[in-house]
Amino acid sequence: MLEYLQIFIDALNLGSIYALCALGIALIFGVMRLVNFAHGDMIAFCVFALLWPSVDAAAIVFAGSLPFWLLIPFMLAVGAGVAVLLEIVVFRRFRNANPATMMIASFALGFVLKYFLLMLYSSRPKSIGLWPSLGQQVEVAGLRIQYLPIVNICVTILVLVALSLFLKRTRYGLEMRAAAENFTMARMLGVRANHVIMLAFAFSGMLAAVVGMILAAQSGTVDIQMGANVMLVAFIATVIGGLGSLPGAVIAGFLIGFISTFMQAKLPVDARPFRDAFVYAAVIVSLIWRPNGLFAPKSAKQRV
Amino acid sequence: MAERTSIFARTVSTPIILISILVLVVVSAWFVGRGPFNQTVIEIFIRVVLVVGLYVFIGNSGVISFGHIGFACIGAYMTAWLTALPAIKKKYIGLPDIVLSSKLHFGLGMLAALVFAGVCAFVVAKVLMRLSGIAASIATFAVLAFIIQVYSNWTSVTGAQMSFVGIPIVRSVWPYFICAVLTVLVAYVHSISGSGLALRSARDEAIAAAASGIDITRERVIAFTLSGAIMGLGGAMFAHSVGVVTPDTFYLTLTFTTLSMLVVGGMNSLSGAVLGVVVLSIIIQFLRWLEKGVDIGGSVLSIPLGLQEIGLGIAMIVILIFRPTGLTRNQELVWRGWPFNGLSGRNHVAGLKK
Repeated sequence: MLEYLQIFIDALNLGSIYALCALGIALIFGVMRLVNFAHGDMIAFCVFALLWPSVDAAAIVFAGSLPFWLLIPFMLAVGAGVAVLLEIVVFRRFRNANPATMMIASFALGFVLKYFLLMLYSSRPKSIGLWPSLGQQVEVAGLRIQYLPIVNICVTILVLVALSLFLKRTRYGLEMRAAAENFTMARMLGVRANHVIMLAFAFSGMLAAVVGMILAAQSGTVDIQMGANVMLVAFIATVIGGLGSLPGAVIAGFLIGFISTFMQAKLPVDARPFRDAFVYAAVIVSLIWRPNGLFAPKSAKQRV
Repeated sequence: MAERTSIFARTVSTPIILISILVLVVVSAWFVGRGPFNQTVIEIFIRVVLVVGLYVFIGNSGVISFGHIGFACIGAYMTAWLTALPAIKKKYIGLPDIVLSSKLHFGLGMLAALVFAGVCAFVVAKVLMRLSGIAASIATFAVLAFIIQVYSNWTSVTGAQMSFVGIPIVRSVWPYFICAVLTVLVAYVHSISGSGLALRSARDEAIAAAASGIDITRERVIAFTLSGAIMGLGGAMFAHSVGVVTPDTFYLTLTFTTLSMLVVGGMNSLSGAVLGVVVLSIIIQFLRWLEKGVDIGGSVLSIPLGLQEIGLGIAMIVILIFRPTGLTRNQELVWRGWPFNGLSGRNHVAGLKK
């Protein structure tokens, strides 16, 4: 029983990272049909903001040593800032391009971001102690758990609630939902396209910053590859969830987290190295069963 | 009204132009004739095979596939198993005895790679090709991840993460050149065949094509199998060019480099596939050269390490901003002058105008 509770917490923890990342991708896809492959590198960029303004890992001079109530807004601002900047400089020029072109452009952009970081910081992972007190353990009813997963899960729930309140209760949220449903129609009814898209990028950047902070706190290191793997899983999650459906992306993110954690714990030892292969096989089965995703919005339906 | 010429006559100048470009590349290698440059030219031919392989499916069907590099991985390991020295292969105990004791010529290894990758692609296509759009893309990505995960963990057969060394290295440019030319020809023949035309009509107007009796799934399976086989050949060429394979070589970086070349060139045309490779390879080579340092009037000018990739990324973005449909604007290169003037479609068009 206790074992299952432990697995459950681990699964929620992993799932929440996937869910936040998937949400960041789904938000942008919703408004401009862009599959943003630069998201993973945006996460890495945010993580490296902890080291600013020095490029030396040993000396954390400014950002990384801020108290958390200053650091979190700072990181969110960095994430939103870089995302909006990329939108203005690059993605704005691809408004009428087809999805494949936009996707390759976003990949090229991620490539530029990654090698920019590589040039400044080299590829060696650097250790940083971000909020080490979260690594402490508490014992609850015979179960030893760290604070960190609990904090992660709470943060994720908080972010999800805040975002859904924003989308449901405010004017800008309404505009974003309208744009995601039918962009042309929304524009005709007075929704300003550039504002909505910039807002989506800002949120996506902030989500990238949140994921970056969670990853940095969890691993205690900063690494250029950090965002890449999470992004791929999150990308799959947005599709399984039904592209364009934000709740779908979140649920699918948690679902992959659960499948992955349970397989890690319950597969026979011989088969354990192939865990990821099984997860991807499950993804294929899910897509064949429901090509439009598990929670597809009606607008996403393809006729042929 | 003028008589309508055959599709072969109207398009045959395209493969001739493309093969001439490849000949130019090989001639430049012959003139420069230095080791490193030779290797660069071989790299270009491998990329031509891989990107044209992608074009056969992606360009004709309009479905983006992230999975094709997985078939290159399958092909590379196939030729590695067959052509490496038996003494080296001893530790891969999961392989059948007949493979362990044999040592084939690299040509046979490449052929086996092509066939095996084609068979794998056929199986995958049979399962996946009922999907379309982004679901198909993600499913192919899952296939890539699945293949790479299996190959990087199956210790007794692939040596898991460890490099598979001891594959005979082929240093001559000619085998690569011949493979690239054959690939371009096969892709051309497929694209003007009934199956290729049907697939392209389904890409442009899926509903109309289905209503005209085109079995979209079947045409996609054909193209996917063919392109998977070509990718297998490309993977085998890669294995023989460097002599070492690891599963990681065939993962995301190569997937995206080849896809970028296709999209930058113009993903709906064979000319785009070849031009994308040649143009981006030239840019990469130029930046590498700058990175090494250029001697200008006694002072060495060089760019910092890492700027090569940044420059490449920026170049790709700029090309896509100005040519969103690629360098060729998704058109094929055609030559309508001599000796094709009698054959080209010009008379036909003129006839229509009357």
